[in-house]
Amino acid sequence: MKHKTFLWFVLPSSLAMILFIVFPLVSIVVQSLHVAHDQVVTTVENCGPFGCTTSTIIDQSATEALRREQPLGRYAGLTTYLDRRHLAVAEVGDAWRSAQGWRDLGARMLNLPFYKAVAFTLAYTFVVTPLTIILGFIVAVAVNGVTRSVRGPLIFFSLLPMIITPLVGSLILFWMIDARGIVGAALQAVAGDPGLSVKASTPLMWAMLMVYGVWHAAPFAFIIYYAGLQTVNADTLESAMIDGATRWQRIRFVVLPHLLPLTTFIALIQIMDNFRVFEPIVSFASSAHATSLSWTIYNDLGGETRQLSAAAATSVLTVIGVAILLSPVLVRTWREFGRR
Amino acid sequence: MRTWKTAALTTALSVLGATTAMAGCGIEAGRVSIVGNEFPAIHTVAEGAEACAGDGVEVKANLTADHQKINVAGMQGNPAEYTSAIIATSSIMALMNEDLIRPLDDLVAAHGQDVPKRQLIVIDGKVMAVAFMANAQTLVYRQDVLDQIGVAPPKTYEELLAAAEKIRAAGIMEHPVGGAYAAGPSIALEFVDMYIGHGGEFFKPGTAEVAINNEQGVATLNMMKALSAYMNPDFLTHDNNATAAEWEAGNVALMNFWGSRAVALVDSEGSAPQVHENTRVGPPMTVGGGSIPASALWWDGWTVAKNTTDQDALATFVALAHGTSPEILNDKTMGQAVWMIDGYQPAPVNGGVVAAMEMGTKPYPMLPYMSLLNTAVGENLSDFMQGKESAEQALADIEAAYTSAAKEKGFLN
Repeated sequence: MKHKTFLWFVLPSSLAMILFIVFPLVSIVVQSLHVAHDQVVTTVENCGPFGCTTSTIIDQSATEALRREQPLGRYAGLTTYLDRRHLAVAEVGDAWRSAQGWRDLGARMLNLPFYKAVAFTLAYTFVVTPLTIILGFIVAVAVNGVTRSVRGPLIFFSLLPMIITPLVGSLILFWMIDARGIVGAALQAVAGDPGLSVKASTPLMWAMLMVYGVWHAAPFAFIIYYAGLQTVNADTLESAMIDGATRWQRIRFVVLPHLLPLTTFIALIQIMDNFRVFEPIVSFASSAHATSLSWTIYNDLGGETRQLSAAAATSVLTVIGVAILLSPVLVRTWREFGRR
Repeated sequence: MRTWKTAALTTALSVLGATTAMAGCGIEAGRVSIVGNEFPAIHTVAEGAEACAGDGVEVKANLTADHQKINVAGMQGNPAEYTSAIIATSSIMALMNEDLIRPLDDLVAAHGQDVPKRQLIVIDGKVMAVAFMANAQTLVYRQDVLDQIGVAPPKTYEELLAAAEKIRAAGIMEHPVGGAYAAGPSIALEFVDMYIGHGGEFFKPGTAEVAINNEQGVATLNMMKALSAYMNPDFLTHDNNATAAEWEAGNVALMNFWGSRAVALVDSEGSAPQVHENTRVGPPMTVGGGSIPASALWWDGWTVAKNTTDQDALATFVALAHGTSPEILNDKTMGQAVWMIDGYQPAPVNGGVVAAMEMGTKPYPMLPYMSLLNTAVGENLSDFMQGKESAEQALADIEAAYTSAAKEKGFLN
């Protein structure tokens, strides 16, 4: 294809990408390098139904002048990245010097909000992704082996967890794991401990969030593997059967290699999706036990405080995190491109 | 035929004429859009304002528990999406910090002669909001359960702990104490109440430097930990709604709860007769032998947005003044809150907030950086409440989190 034709061809999607990807990226990088102007506060008298008190408020006219001059705020360089809410360089240095052993250092670092969020996000990503792939594969092989008449409804039910809105699905699970809900009561019976409560225990809550993650994402892996299974070479399968291969050997030596590129694709998408975990933490109201990078950004942006620079810095760190996780794949793709 | 046509025309015109006359409250035209919290008293105010809707006047209300997440953004546009925000002592600071509400002095002078002076919230000499109700967290208890163990309603938190132990020992309830201890804003407000009760100051006087890592802070945390031992173990996920649900399910006998929300606990909806007939509201408790109630007085009021046309601002003012006028008081609404409106008669369920005012409960601090402290407290108490770190460590974490947030927002250098 001529270069000119190619450029015209990709123009619409390039425009969309520039608008929705490049501009926001530039925006968060710029915003993370600035902080709010020093607030000019004045002492005033506040009178209300309960009497008068002396208090402080922000002097709007003085602050307004500053804001008009420098609308972006005060240039702060990398200060926001290094402060306690993010990489916490000073606190980590203190912990390194004064910690007694690795466990103590780990506990101190987990006390810092950013590292706590990263720990859960990474654990979630690296537990949920392989489990999703395995579960999706098992379901796909099972559905593929079922008689044709039942296959339609079975596929529909297998896709349901992904069709349900994440917020609603996790809310349903939240109420089921309540100490008086079905799953919660069943867990208490199985463990023989009437005081067991998932919502009160951090390890159990982590496990439950990951269970939700696998349940929600498995249909994605299932439907891709199911499509891939339709294209497995029937001749190779038949000759394997004639040669006396068992079902498991057939799967291992014919089906799995055929599905390997699909596995790479699913792993890629799942790593990117799971790194952005957010809805289950909100629905499960589990911010006391587990926080994630996306949840930290949401928490900083919302409510009365609206810490925009902190949220922007966490966003940039999340983008860097995704880039690091995907770098092996990106490098391989780049090499293949260079070779051709 | 002609008579019929004339008759039809006359009827149509008179009907139209009647509609114009029905645009109540004397506003000619304008758009009123209210955002606020969601509990019975606010619903009443919004309905009172909506009674002013009619020909040329449009009144809408968006009442949600997440109002603080949307009101600042919703009023920043020009024209603002919401022409009025119903806010409380702390949420007004978010709007004031961003300069989103307009002074009401002119509107009060021209159209607000009926508004009592005590309802006006004056900040730096300008009327910024009109308050209509007072609120505070006070004791809520089950009379029948306390009768069963033969204990009077507790006046201090130490008495509450003793009563809870008796209830548990008698086998009546396993987790008799309730509380909105969900991580985040809920537990932060409980901390603020308890810290005030211990006589602590939040900031070094005249500065934005936080000062809670002291013996009052440690005593506060220890009392909260002691209370949580008698709560449902899921307390870190229980916000106000979940706490109310626990009460109505009959699982809780003692709690420190909002007067405005206690109103919903005594009605016949959602709970068995034994629960709602025996729900009583008492005065706020003291703690640690102090005389300051472990609670804070809040006002709820309405504001008018800055980024609206003057016509919309006038319509909003009149509609909301109507929504908080003596006309909204009737048998159903009288007990919904401690109204600051003329003609208000406190119902028994409002006794808690009335007592709070009489006992000299301190008002919630109206400072521009108080919400940063709230956020820092709400994010950093879960580890302590689960027994994973010490009280001093938790307070140090809160102070560090607050300091870094205050530096970013420009309150500290």
